[in-house]
Amino acid sequence: MIKNRVSKILDYFRAPESQTAKVAKDRLQIIIAHERGERDKPDYFFALQKELLEVIAKHTAISKDDIKIDMQRGEGCSILELNITLPSQI
Amino acid sequence: MAKIIVVTSGKGGVGKTTTSASLAIGFANRGFKTAVIDFDIGLRNLDLIMGCERRVVYDFVNVIRKEATLNQALIKDKHNKDLSILPASQTRDKDALTTEGVGEVLEELSKTFDYIVCDSPAGIERGAQLAMYYADHAVVVTNPEVSSVRDSDRMLGLLSSKTKRSEEGRDPIKEHLLLTRYCPKRVTRGDMLSLADVNEILAIPLLGVIPESQAVLRASNSGTPVILDQESDAGQAYQDAISRFLGEDVPFRFIEEEKANWLKRMFRFKEKEATA
Repeated sequence: MIKNRVSKILDYFRAPESQTAKVAKDRLQIIIAHERGERDKPDYFFALQKELLEVIAKHTAISKDDIKIDMQRGEGCSILELNITLPSQI
Repeated sequence: MAKIIVVTSGKGGVGKTTTSASLAIGFANRGFKTAVIDFDIGLRNLDLIMGCERRVVYDFVNVIRKEATLNQALIKDKHNKDLSILPASQTRDKDALTTEGVGEVLEELSKTFDYIVCDSPAGIERGAQLAMYYADHAVVVTNPEVSSVRDSDRMLGLLSSKTKRSEEGRDPIKEHLLLTRYCPKRVTRGDMLSLADVNEILAIPLLGVIPESQAVLRASNSGTPVILDQESDAGQAYQDAISRFLGEDVPFRFIEEEKANWLKRMFRFKEKEATA
């Protein structure tokens, strides 16, 4: 109890910019969460994404950011999710 | 024509990535167009140390496989427009890097950059061999510790036999020793290999001595390489190393234990309190 209070008081005096461990933890949580999601994707994923984009771009004016492709592995089946935002004038 | 510098060590955890990041920033801050490449395929970390991990879209392997252009994959540093980062891929494919592919990327980079820093992975596998293959200079990062010194010597052997320069019988790679995590106090106590000891064993020109420093962990925590912490001993030591690389004659600092009297000690205690 007292120890806790003392450490809280000490924390108060510590300059916030010197607490780089907190920054480190935040950065790690973001990047690791992101990479865990990527980890399950098969190696052909990137090539598939690129070729899909090329096909769609052949017929419409879209940019790389307008296409979202995602893959989810489930039990027994995997889902390939393709999300394309087409320009307002087709 | 760009100068290609490999940062290598054999042993892991001695400070290759920390050094690559700081050297790259050091060159860029002195006005040289600089690219830094992460060769650690599957275990990318340079992006974290440089603080650009959330800006990675394409990577080194995408460029080699022509899934992206070099310009798409290069990440421009937030602080310095002369600095670009080429991140490693997280693929598990061990053969993702090819000698030709790496050669093409380096050749294209050479057209626009003055310095290309290659951050080698630990070990002596493909990534490490390709990181050194095209190099003109090698910065061998060594800790004053038996296994690190032995591995560095092993890398010196590879540098003189397994590179393009050696295969073509051209001038050998210029080797530079960078001693990191040096602790003068422990050297005085006789518990750590001294600078002279390591120098005597490895016998290559000394580029710098980076003292063991709390600033290094703080720097990687926040993703701002330690060379930018100009107050810190390690940051200043990296600046000195850059100066020496560029041909300036700079005295070595942080290699002697500071003999502080009680008055000085008290002042330093006060300083520490103020900055804590």
